[in-house]
Formats: sequence, C-alpha cells, structure tokens
Amino acid sequence: MANLEERLNEVKLIAKGPKAQFKKYIAAGKKVMGCFPMYVPEVIAHAAGMVPMGMWGAQTEQKLSKLYLPAFACPLMQSNMELGLRGTYEGMTAVMIPTMCDTFRCVSQNWKSGVKIPTISFSFPQNRKLEASVEFLETEYNYVKERIEEILGTKITDEALEKSVKIYNEHAKLMMKFADLVPDHLDVITPTVRHWVMKSAMFVDKTEHIEIMKDIIAGLEARPAYNWTGKRVVLTGITAEPESFLQIFEDNGLAVVADDLGQEMRQYRTLIPDEGKTVMERIARQWNKRFACPLAHDEKFSRGDHLLDLCAKTKATGVVVCLMKFCDPEEYDFPLYNKQLREAGIPSLSLDVDQQPTNYDQARTRLQAFAEIL
Amino acid sequence: MSEQQVKKPRRPMSKSLIMVRQQLADLYKEAQEAKARGEKIGWSASIFPQELCETLGIVVVYPENHSAGIAARHQAEPYLQRAEGEQEYNNDLCSYAKINLAYIESRDLPEHNMPMPDFLLCANNICNQVTKWYENLSRKYDIPLFMLDMSFNHQNFVTPSREKYIRAQMDDIIEQLEKLTGKKFDQDRFREIMEISTENKDLWIKANELLTNIPAPLNGFELFNYMSAMVCCRGRRSTTEIMKQLISEIEEHIKNGTSTYQGEQKYRVYWEGIACWPHVSHNLKIMRKLGMNMVVTAYVRAWALDYIPGDLDSLARAYTFNASNNTPIETFVERRSRDLIKFNCDGMIYHLNRSCKVMDMQQAEVQRQIQAKTGVPFVSFDGDQSDFRNYSEAQFETRMEAFAELMDEFKATKKNKEAQK
Repeated sequence: MANLEERLNEVKLIAKGPKAQFKKYIAAGKKVMGCFPMYVPEVIAHAAGMVPMGMWGAQTEQKLSKLYLPAFACPLMQSNMELGLRGTYEGMTAVMIPTMCDTFRCVSQNWKSGVKIPTISFSFPQNRKLEASVEFLETEYNYVKERIEEILGTKITDEALEKSVKIYNEHAKLMMKFADLVPDHLDVITPTVRHWVMKSAMFVDKTEHIEIMKDIIAGLEARPAYNWTGKRVVLTGITAEPESFLQIFEDNGLAVVADDLGQEMRQYRTLIPDEGKTVMERIARQWNKRFACPLAHDEKFSRGDHLLDLCAKTKATGVVVCLMKFCDPEEYDFPLYNKQLREAGIPSLSLDVDQQPTNYDQARTRLQAFAEIL
Repeated sequence: MSEQQVKKPRRPMSKSLIMVRQQLADLYKEAQEAKARGEKIGWSASIFPQELCETLGIVVVYPENHSAGIAARHQAEPYLQRAEGEQEYNNDLCSYAKINLAYIESRDLPEHNMPMPDFLLCANNICNQVTKWYENLSRKYDIPLFMLDMSFNHQNFVTPSREKYIRAQMDDIIEQLEKLTGKKFDQDRFREIMEISTENKDLWIKANELLTNIPAPLNGFELFNYMSAMVCCRGRRSTTEIMKQLISEIEEHIKNGTSTYQGEQKYRVYWEGIACWPHVSHNLKIMRKLGMNMVVTAYVRAWALDYIPGDLDSLARAYTFNASNNTPIETFVERRSRDLIKFNCDGMIYHLNRSCKVMDMQQAEVQRQIQAKTGVPFVSFDGDQSDFRNYSEAQFETRMEAFAELMDEFKATKKNKEAQK
C-alpha cells in the first residue's frame, strides 16, 4: 500500500504523461482501445483484455486537422483529428467513436477516411424512456463487441463481461467516494490535484486504478477534516483544462468542491445497473440511467437541479461554467440552468475553454472578479 | 430604390408559384383557426413523418420553414439580437433555432404568425441541434415533446434493430397523439396519406429531373420556392396540384425551347447545402452575371421520401436514411456523384453554412472524395441559412469568378477527351 503523497504524485505523472502509459502497455504486449468522449462502452474492450484509454484531445496547434474541420469545430474534436492524422495514436488497435452531436457524426466519418486506426462507430439512442431503446443499444453494443472480436480474433465471453462490469462499478464507486471526500480535504486536494486524480483514471487499466483510488481514499480518511476558509465552487462543462486554467482558481483562493464535467464525474456518477436479462442489457441500461447531461436527451431538464444539489451538498457558493468553445449541446443548456442558478441566488461565471495553446489572462481577470463577489 | 431609378417590369408570377404561396398562407391560417377552435396544434421538425399528423387530421406548422421565411424577408435581426442578448444563447448556435427561440416570446408577425404549439414533434435525422432547440422550447413553455430518434446510420443500410426501434417510437407517438387530441388513427386514411405523399414525391422528383434538359428550362433557384409544399404539405392533394402545374410549366418551356433562366446558361452547377436565405438575390445576381445556373441540389430532394404505402417499417427506414445528414459519408458521396453526372454538371458550389455543423464538419473530405470520383471542380463560400451577418458579398463574387475559370478548364478538358474518342 502506497501512501497518499506517493499516490497523488503518481496520478500527476499519469495525467500529465498519457503517452508513457500508452508505451508501457504496448511494451507489455497489451492492446489499447482509444475511447472518444463520452460514455463509450469501455467495459466491452476491457473484457477483451484490452486497455481502454480516453481521448480528450490535448493543448496543441491545429495544422493537419484543418484539412478536415473548419475553424468553428469543437476544439476537442479538432485536437483528436490533429493527433490522429499526425500519428500520435499509432499503435492503438482501434478507436470507439459514438455519434452524440453533429460534430461527432462528421468526425466519425473523417476519422475513418483519414486515419488508419480502425474505427468502431455506434449510436446511442436518444429516446431513452422507451424500453425499445435498451434493445436497440444492446444490439449496437453487440456490434461493437463483434467488431472487437473480429479485430482481435478472440471471443469475449459473458463471464469476462461480468467480471469487467464488477471492476468498472467498483471503480466508479471509488470515484464517487473520492468526490465526496474532497470538500473535507481542500488543503491537499487542490483543483489541480483533483483534476489529476480524475484524469488519471482514463489512462490506467481500471484494475490498477482501483488500487490507486483505495490508497488515496484511505490516505484522506486518515486525515482530519480540514477547515477551508476560502471560497468553494462547482465546475460544469465538458473539460476544465489545462493546468494553467485550474491554477487560476488556486491563485484566487477558489476550491473546486464538486464537478459536473464530461471528463470527470459525469462518467462515474452512474453505475451499470443490476437489472437485465443479459450482461449486455445491463451495460446498455447504464445509458438510460445517465442524467443531467446535455448529450443525453431527457424529457425533463435536470441539470439545473443537479447543479443546485451539488452546491447544497458541498457548500459551494458559485458555479463556474467551463464552456468548451463551439460545443452546441452545452451552449443550449446554458440559458436554462443559468436562470435556475440566478433564481436560487447562486452566482455563475462562464469561461471559454479551448485546446489551442493560449494564455488565460482574460479568464484570470474574470475569475478574480468572480471570487470577490462570492 | 431612388425615385430616379426606373423599375424594371417584373416577370409575371407563374401559376404554380401563386398556388404554392397561397398554400402556405392557407396553412398558417388553418393553424390559427384550429387553435381558435380549441384544437391542439403542433410544431414539427422538418423531416418528421408528417404522415402521422396528417392521418389524425392535426394541424402542424414548421419552425425551420418559418425561420427561413423570416430571414428571407430580412426580418431576422431583432430575433437574433434577442436570442444572443437577453436570452443568453451563444452566437455559435443554429440561426433557425435562435430566430425561433426569440420569435416564440413575441410572435409579432401578424402576416406570418404561428400559433403557440400544444406539442412538439422532434426528429433528429436532420441534426442534433434540433433536439436541443426543441428541448428548450419544451422546457421553457412546458410543452410535451415527442421525440423520434432516428439514430445516425454508421453503416450503408438501415440495420434491423434501428428499424424496429424507430417503428416502436412511431407506434408510441401515435398513441400519445391520440391521447392528447382525442382523435383516432385510421389505418385506411394512413394508407391514403402515404399514397398521396408518394405521388407527390414522384412528381417532385420528376420536376427536379426535368432540369437534366440542356439548357435547363428553369432557373434552378426557383425550386427553393416550392420547398414549403414538400416540407409542410407533402401529404396533401393541394401539393399534387401544385406539382402537376409546375411540371406542366416546365414542360412547356422544354417544348418551346425557353427557360425562366435569363441569359445564356454557360455553366450547369450543383448547389450543396441549404440556401443562403437572406442573400439569395445576391447569389442569383452574381451567378446570373457569370452565366451559372443551379440545376440540381440534394437539399430540395431531402423531402423526396421513398417508401411502400401502408408499410410502417418502410416508412421508418425512409425517414432515417433519406436525409444525407443521417447517413455515412459513402452514401453521401455516392448520391451527389451520381447527380453530378446525371445532371451533366460543370461544377459544384458548397455552402459552408455557419449554422449547420452537420453539413460543414465533413465538407472538406466530401469535396475531396467527390472530386476524386467525378473530376468535377468545386468552390465553397462562407454563408449562413438565416443569419445575414455571416456572409460577404465580395467573397461570394470573387469565389464565383475564380470558379467560372475552373469550370472553363474542366469543360475544355472534357471537350478534348470527347473529341479524342
């Protein structure tokens, strides 16, 4: 068992150097599955003995991606295209790309046209209240499974799937536990450290990450609760990166006490449920249980309520919207939850998040002013 | 226009055009009257199966068509400002959506008002933004939203599970509409509506394909004028009459060797994407100056839905696979390449429509693949379906001038090859 400090240092290295992780797995003879955002069924690849790794772009200059995407494309998709075309992902066995928004539809087509790594595309059903949607997604997932089997030349058994489901659920529970502990340990879990813990989960086999999380949680539980006297905020959006962006929070005495970020807790807050005749049906039902996400259609809007709940639970007094530039699903939600926050007396601040190398001077000034009004 | 300028006599409006304009005016009037009688009326996404409401006798209007009309009449500015200002919608979003989300708050166009909807019909075969747009309408005004998820096809055919899922949703929506309106879904009527829609589809394709004639008997931009019939009323007999009239007018031109296109048609071009509604007249002016006629566009044909009347499963398949926005790139490229050849096009104009990401984000790759397949030159320009701010007259003109030169080269090469044969 490693101590807290060692583990926090480890997640920092992993989060900052996914390439080294990738090389480590390849050298060990592992097959890596690239996972585009969001909610792709990693668990199926895991059951095939692969290591699923998240693909959430990078801070990078866009050159080759311009051959495919106009300047107003989502920066995350631009970066993924750029890195794919540049050969950064060479060695990956395949990538899973869902078609969750308009840009996604096209990027799945661009990727298969321009990048040599095999693409496994599938669609999530949006009419999630109908039982027929579960059967549909189960079929889509079985297609994903067959494609993986075809690429690897192996069979994925139900037993292997069951085992991976257990691992993924255990991991998600630990992530939830960690998120719950954060508000009591804001002295060690700074916004940046919190992000490293979350981000590292995408680049490590979940079996290994479970051990990392157990140690971090034990280390935090062994410490007395810290009386944070600074301000507390909740983050919402797709990602809150890079590090220099989160550093501004720290510089202004702002603690991140909870998140509703695609790259972070949105992934972990819904378990694979127990109900279902087959294990694949259970995996499919997880999608129907996801909530408050702009990429998953709901009859009722719950994102505003969810943000207010997070604020109440963590004593946060403000919400920072980390708005991925050109992300239309996020942009449509904004006026709705922002109104709810306003009516509840919770101040919010919307900041643009980009993946082009950029300085965050403007964000710094605005966050400074925001910290003062909280 | 200054008093000194002399007005050019306008060409008299064709009978079919008078009919189609009247049909749309009648539809809005019908919706107002139905609402006044206490009936439930709906707002619908543009490629939602109209067959369902037409069978039930429920009046439905189409916000996309409505926003396009607002933009074409140059009335969009206050709505865009309201959406991006007090309503906090990002400038990045679809202008049809922004105009509509602002319009619903005031509904202040007496000549063109849509009544408040009692339900919303959303089909995402056109894009994902329409889902988010309708979600916001539904949430803000507490209006039931009936979602018909058409699920992007990542294979070159409609998988049986997709068909089953879409069919299940349609059955569910029919049941919910019956409950909401108290009307009964009659199978015989449904079959009849599907037959009428199929006849209209065939007539619409025929009208479009008459433009394979050289020279084209129509200024192709005029096809945009008839879209309201296919978008809003494709299950109605009035559309049959309009289409027949339009065809007879086109055939008359063919017979007489005339065309509504004024001037020499030096270049036959394909238009990719939605019309640039606020600037159609500028597009037309420049294209006419250079002798370009748009003879084909996939856009107007998106409403030519092909199914077997009486067969709900085939209806499900048609609605998920007809819109190119919902198909894989191979199908997208194949359809366009086929039409470029069939219509004997000299070039292809791509509208990089700032509002429509699903049409933009693979456009560069589509251009490469189509050109590799057909050799036909292309040009693209920056525009927007209904935001007048996203367009530059100078850019359009310069690009079209350069494009004309490219087409000259292409035509010369083609001619040489033919001479060598």
